[in-house]
Amino acid sequence: MWETFQEKFYESFIQDNRWEYIVDGLRTTLIVTFFAAIMGILLGFVVAMIRSTHDKTGKLKLLDLVAKLYLTVIRGTPVVVQLMIINFVIFASARINTIYVAILAFGINSGAYVAEIIRGGIMSIDQGQFEAGRSLGFNYIQTLGYIILPQAIKNVLPALANEFIVLLKETSVAGYIALQDLTKAGDIIRSRTYDAFFPLISVALIYLVMVIGFSYLVKRLERRLMRSER
Amino acid sequence: MKKLIAAALVAGMVFSVSSMSLYAEEGGTLVMATNAEFPPYEYHDGDEIVGIDAEVAAAIADELGMTLEIQDMAFDSILAAVQSGKADMGVAGMTVTEDRLKNVNFTDTYAEAAQVIIVQEGSEIAGPDDLEGKVVGVQLGTTGDLYCDDVNPQSVERYNKGFEAVQALLQGKIDAVVIDREPAKVFVEENEGLEIVDEAFTEEEYAIAIAKDNTELLDKVNDALATLKESGELQEIIDKYINTDTDASATEEGTEAESAAEETESESETAAEETDAESETAAEETESETAAEETEAAE
Repeated sequence: MWETFQEKFYESFIQDNRWEYIVDGLRTTLIVTFFAAIMGILLGFVVAMIRSTHDKTGKLKLLDLVAKLYLTVIRGTPVVVQLMIINFVIFASARINTIYVAILAFGINSGAYVAEIIRGGIMSIDQGQFEAGRSLGFNYIQTLGYIILPQAIKNVLPALANEFIVLLKETSVAGYIALQDLTKAGDIIRSRTYDAFFPLISVALIYLVMVIGFSYLVKRLERRLMRSER
Repeated sequence: MKKLIAAALVAGMVFSVSSMSLYAEEGGTLVMATNAEFPPYEYHDGDEIVGIDAEVAAAIADELGMTLEIQDMAFDSILAAVQSGKADMGVAGMTVTEDRLKNVNFTDTYAEAAQVIIVQEGSEIAGPDDLEGKVVGVQLGTTGDLYCDDVNPQSVERYNKGFEAVQALLQGKIDAVVIDREPAKVFVEENEGLEIVDEAFTEEEYAIAIAKDNTELLDKVNDALATLKESGELQEIIDKYINTDTDASATEEGTEAESAAEETESESETAAEETDAESETAAEETESETAAEETEAAE
């Protein structure tokens, strides 16, 4: 049994340099996740600002409606479907690298969740702090920037980290548009060797290690931010 | 931590080994794994999976005195399913290759096939060698995928489904699709602006995959295949889906849509007949075909 085990391992990774699929796939997954996360933060931040400003001041009615529509559509449909719509419907006739399509799709998707997380953080800060800020002579933007956001971001950090963990794992559906991400790399090896064990387990382990590493970094960041509380 | 991982690995291994068992027996069910997005070999028609492979498998099950159950899955999962015993046999227009033989046994071949190249009309690609430096779409795990790297394309886009590759070709995302001939014909017929390159990519033969340790079933299926070949039933099934003389299927399709007859008169007869039986597509098409057959019969 040990020998077949070794042989399967050899077939899965060494033969025909199949490990390269995994390495290339990992690189693709990281690139997509990284840029989608950045896009998600930017988009989410803007949408959260619009929504919370509307909630607090009643201004930006039209923008708030657009933001609500965006949130409803994106949170109401599966990411795989959004990905395929962007690739096969919106960019139907465009010949662009699918990696950009994936970044765009996952970024737009993540933005919706980030927006609600950040809005939740802003709304969680006591209204009294807003009033205090305004009575110090700050305008709305200044109050938000100097007083509210620093506290809000700290509060939502765990939820944000969770969103990026979800994002990282969600990119595993990128194979639907023929993008060779980490999961697809495992699938390709599986389709060559017809052995499911090594490709799937190793792909799972790589995701796991990435998430553990990321969680550790977030924990350190949280601890660092805690210092200001004493 | 190390111990935990080791334990998990061993547990996984034991599990994957122990799951190979439960052989099919007479009177039982014969589970067939396939990827039903591969017309005319297997495709969804209503809530049924039909096609050459489905019918051949049904005929084999008949010979063995068993009932057939078809499981539809991704093409690259079929052999894993057969290997692990989740399915008794893989019938999916599958070509015998060395790598596949390492993992499963194959029965005698039951159909001839080829990998062909689909391109947009007017493309400069005229043969396999022209694929060099081009972006080629394939279905993951098919022989087209396995052999594509040999012609040095710029990149190989591996889609989960054959039709997605064709869709990408239609949208100009890729330069060509390498796929089995019969599905290719269907795709080209259903989509305007596509054509099949005359020179085939490879020639090959299809066989049924059966788990390595299930030689009993292998022998049985081979016997059944031999019987079917001898009686001509196998050829009948293939002809029904691929060749042009298909009176049988027309009567099967029923007698709907007299009104559509007028429309189909302008259509070329061969085209109408070729799509016949591969009619998993739009309802109108099926209607017009049967109507065409009927007008012929009336004449």
